[in-house]
Order: sequence, then C-alpha cells, then structure tokens
Amino acid sequence: MTINPAFAPWLDPQAKPIIDFQSVTKNYGDFTAIDNIDLKIYPREFFALLGPSGCGKTTLMRMLAGFETATKGTILIDGQDMADVPAHKRAVNMMFQSYALFPHLSVADNIAFGLKRSDMPKSEIGGRVDEMLRLVQLGKFAKRKPHQLSGGQRQRVALARALAKGPKLLLLDEPLGALDKKLRHETQFELMDIQEKTGTTFVIVTHDQEEAMTVASRIAVMDHGRLAQVDTPDRVYEVPNSVYVADFIGDVNIIRGAVGSVDSDIADLKWSEGAAPIRALAGPDLKPGARAAFAVRPEKVGISQSEPTDMHNRVQGRVEDIAYLGNMSMYFVRLADGTLVKAQVANVRRISRRGITWDDQVWLSWTDTAGIILPD
Amino acid sequence: MRKLTWFNTVSLTLGFAFLYIPIVILVIYSFNKSKLVTVWGGFSPKWYGELLQNQAFLDAAKVTLQVGVVSSTLATVLGTMAAFVIVRGGRFYGRTLFSGMIYAPLVMPEVITGLSLLLLFIAIGMDRGVMTIVLAHATFSMCYVSVVVSSRLVSFDQSLEEAAQDLGCTPWDAFKSVTLPIIAPAVFSGWLLAFTLSLDDLVIASFTSGPASTTLPIKIFSSVRLGVSPEINALSTIMIALVTVGVVTASIVSKRAIAQQKRDEQMAEQ
Ligand SMILES: Nc1ncnc2c1ncn2[C@@H]1O[C@H](COP(=O)(O)OP(=O)(O)OP(=O)(O)O)[C@@H](O)[C@H]1O
Ligand SMILES: [Mg+2]
Repeated sequence: MTINPAFAPWLDPQAKPIIDFQSVTKNYGDFTAIDNIDLKIYPREFFALLGPSGCGKTTLMRMLAGFETATKGTILIDGQDMADVPAHKRAVNMMFQSYALFPHLSVADNIAFGLKRSDMPKSEIGGRVDEMLRLVQLGKFAKRKPHQLSGGQRQRVALARALAKGPKLLLLDEPLGALDKKLRHETQFELMDIQEKTGTTFVIVTHDQEEAMTVASRIAVMDHGRLAQVDTPDRVYEVPNSVYVADFIGDVNIIRGAVGSVDSDIADLKWSEGAAPIRALAGPDLKPGARAAFAVRPEKVGISQSEPTDMHNRVQGRVEDIAYLGNMSMYFVRLADGTLVKAQVANVRRISRRGITWDDQVWLSWTDTAGIILPD
Repeated sequence: MRKLTWFNTVSLTLGFAFLYIPIVILVIYSFNKSKLVTVWGGFSPKWYGELLQNQAFLDAAKVTLQVGVVSSTLATVLGTMAAFVIVRGGRFYGRTLFSGMIYAPLVMPEVITGLSLLLLFIAIGMDRGVMTIVLAHATFSMCYVSVVVSSRLVSFDQSLEEAAQDLGCTPWDAFKSVTLPIIAPAVFSGWLLAFTLSLDDLVIASFTSGPASTTLPIKIFSSVRLGVSPEINALSTIMIALVTVGVVTASIVSKRAIAQQKRDEQMAEQ
C-alpha cells in the first residue's frame, strides 16, 4: 500500500484507537475461540486478519459487529464500552462471509436496505444505490434477485451493501474470495481508494496473503484464538516473531538447531555436526543452548557453482529439482544432512542459470541479515 | 403422452369412482325437485333458494366463518411464536418437555381435547359461545401451525437477521422486514391449515359451543339425524364449490409464481 510513511498511529502513545480489545476471551461451551486478546486498531487503518481456518477471525468480527458478547474482557469502539450496545446501534457495518443477501429483495433493494433505515433523505437514496452499483460493476443487474446472480456477483452485492452507508468502521469477512484475479485487483484498488477518500477504518479477513500485503497497513496473524503477531506487512514478512508466523506467511526455509551465542541483534545457530554455525538476526527470547530454528525466504538464498568464500553463511548441496515458474525459477537443494533448502532466482535472461542443472553440486549462501533465528 | 395399459386404466377409474361418486351423487341430488332425497323428481335449483331463506343455516355459516378466521389467525400468531421458541430458543431448561407438549395435541383424541376444554370453561365460569369455540380451535390448531412454521425456520439462515440488524434494524424491524416476508408462505399455509381444521371440526366444537353459537358442521350433523334433506345437499354442494375454487386458485397462483421464477432465471442466464 502506498501509504504515507508517517502513517503509523500504533507507534504513537497519544493516538486514540477506534477499536480496543482489552483481554478479550470468547468461549463456546468449553471451547476457547478467542483466547485473551489485546489489540488496538486505529482510525483510518486498513487492518488485515490472517490465519488458518477456524482460528477465530470471524468470531472476532462478530464481536465487533455485536452478534457475540465477550466471555471475558472489554471491547471499546471509539472509547465506548460496547458490552450493552446492540448491533443495530453500532456505527459498524459488516460484510458476511456467507454474504447474507436478502433473497426476497432485488440487488438494488438489498443495497438500499441500510440507507432506508438511516437518516439519508429519500431523494438521495437512489443516487447512492446507483453509485454503489457502478462501483461493483453491477449496474445491469439492479433488478435481479440474488438467486439470479453468480457467486462473484453476489459477493459484490454484499460488498456494495456493506459500503453503502459509509460507516466509520467496516468489517469485511473474506470480501474478495470469489472474484477472479483481475476483478479482485480492481476491487482491492477501489477499497483502498474508498478508504483514502472517506477515512473509513477497514478490518478485513482474508486467506490471500498477497492481498493482505497489498492493502493492509497492519496484519494480525492469528493462531488458535491468539494473536501470533501484529505488525506491518513488511515486518511480518521480514522479521516474523515465531516459526509459526514465518511459516504461515509466504514461502520459507526452516533449518532447526540449537542457539549458539547471542549478541544483541545477531545470533548463531548450531544446526549440523561439523558445519559452521549459521549467523543471522536474533529473534525474540533466544537463550544459548535452547532449541531454535533459522528461517530464511527462498529469494534471499543465493545459488552458485563456485564457493562464495566472501559469505559467512554458505552450505553445499545437490540440486534435486528445478521448478520453472515463468518470471523465476525455484531450485530445491538437498544438503548433506538431508535438509531441503529452496533458492529462488529471478529469470532476468531468457534462459538464465543454464549452467546449473539437476544433480549438480552447488553452493547456497545468504547474508547475516537475510534470515532470522527464532525460538522453536 | 404415453398410453395407459388396461390395468392402469381400470385402477384409475375405480379409484376416482370410489373417491368422487358419493360427491357427484350429492351434487346431483342437490338439484332434485322432489323433497324425497332418494327419488329423482326432475331438475330444480329451488333448494338453493330455500337455503338462503333458512336463517338457522345462515347463522351457522356466519359463526363458522367468524370462528374460522379469528381462531386460525390467533393460532397462526401463537403457533409462529412457539415455533420461534422451539427453533431459536437454544437449549433452555425444559425445552424438550415444552416442544413435546406443543405437539401433543396432534395425537390427542379430539374427544379428550374437547372434554378437557369444556371442563376448563366450566371451571372458570366462562359462558359457552363463539368465544369459547375460537379459543378451543386456536388451542388445537396452533400446534399444526407451529409444526409447519418450525420446519421452515429450521432452514432459515439466521445471518439474514443479523445482516438486517447490522444495517440498522431493531430485532423487531428485522423480523418484520426480513424474516416474515421470507417465511410468509409457510405462515400462510399454516393459517390455511388452521382455517380448514376449524371449518372441519365437529367434535371439539360440539363440546365448546353454546346454544346461540352453532357451527355449520354441528348444524349439518344434527339436521341429518332428523333425516337428510335436499337443503343439506345444496349446502354441501356450496361448500364443495368453495373448496374447489380455493384449491384451484391456490394451485394456479403457485404455478404462476414458479413460472415467473423460471422466466427470471432464464433471463439471468442471458
Ligand atoms: N456458535 C458457535 N458455537 C461453537 N463453536 C463455534 C461457534 N462459532 C464458531 N465456533 C468455533 O470457533 C472457532 C473459530 O471460528 P471462526 O468462525 O471465528 O473461524 P474463522 O477463523 O473465521 O475460520 P474460517 O477461515 O474458516 O472462516 C472454530 O473452531 C469454530 O468451530
Ligand atoms: Mg470465518
């Protein structure tokens, strides 16, 4: 997202959050769906929730919209405790994962539904509905009933309906999942545009990491009802705080071992008998001797036929497989101890790296700051 | 069209004959000129004229309609509310007992229902009349309504109500503008069922009716005991005609709705 680099209210202790979860827990019977979460989301943020299925993303949204009450803890919106505020009194609109379109109303009436119950004058409703229809490119479908639409069209109606009232806070539960790539990119762009124009705060659930990276000001990675990491997209990607996050976001190589020395922000990992320790950024809570894992992205691993003697981190292996992905190639290299490491190389020339092929002995190398050592 | 085998033709004919010959005979004899029910004396619509003169029958018809409309409306409101509690109430204390008790009147012999209601009305000192029949009918037909409505509610997607509330509806407004329109066909057929049951009922009505509130079934039944008159035939024919018109209208309306939907869907595919 091309946000103003100064936009980082989460770093400002004076900033007032629009959403404030204070030690919130949600139980269903003896199952804990949300486990003691503390989270602040600030006005004008585009906040993405990421996590595997069943980790509690929808539950978090439903608590904000007012359909679930927290078992423990407090939820504040704009500084106001939401415990006793019913859903219809919250200045929050939600787009449902299941769309929840009204089957007895036409597309236009679905979009107008919330407007008719707001203080918008009747004469302006038609214009606003048209504007929304144009936005989601459904102008021709205004008179249809939801059952006469395709899945992607329904999703866009649900999106338009949630956007129509122009709420302060918009909750989108997988808003673009059913759209094709082109339409998805257009809609992402539209959402960012809307956000820029109206200053709405967005909380969006997505399964698409690329989407989260593109649109979000911050990303929360969830794991079994807890927040594994909340950070800006680049930091979640570059400096994950746990193996779970590193593994969940993007492609990653994991090499397991034990912590050698730790020296402020650089640490050593002993990973294989007789091999030099890996030197990399030190993650949080590393103790010498403890189990740890080194995580490095494939695009940060270099591959060469001759030994790169100038690099501290270099290992030898045999090329087991090469995947040609058009704009890049992925080399799967088996190290002596059996670990498989992926190295990704951009295909800048037409047939690049012709030199390296199956079963070749190669060297892999990376800089000291390319990867990170995390507690395992 | 396929031709029927002779066996199918015979069974079809026998079946229809069995069902409809009594009715056809009744209709034919309602146009009998003779006062004797079993002897054909030539065609005449005079018994229909007589019927309109017969104040007792007209009163009974009025009572029946009043009771039917009021009791089925009451039963629809109560039955729909009960259906909501059963489907939506979650697992509150005593839920199984409650839902079991709602459905018990379905299998309860009518004589017992009638008798117990009679005893209740006597115990609380309520004079028997139109009001008591209405209450009695609403009591036993609300369980039919709640069966029909709750089977629809089970498949109703509750997130629609949440979406409505999210867009600014109070829970009651959400019910009115989203839930009710969607379950309306089930509620209407529940009402129709209750209405038919009320028109039909002889046993419970005879326990709970008073001297000034005779329903048509009671009237017909008691006059038949004094001998079948051609007037009764005429009255029955009118009821048959009404029911036929109702059923045919309902089926045409629903066929039209289906056809309209098909057209819409075809349009959507273009
Ligand atoms: N009403 C409920 N009763 C009991 N358990 C529930 C209820 N709603 C959700 N859960 C459980 O809570 C957990 C979190 O559910 P939630 O819908 O928030 O997941 P999610 O992260 O949105 O998953 P997905 O990506 O598949 O949509 C799940 O394990 C789910 O089974
Ligand atoms: Mg979900």
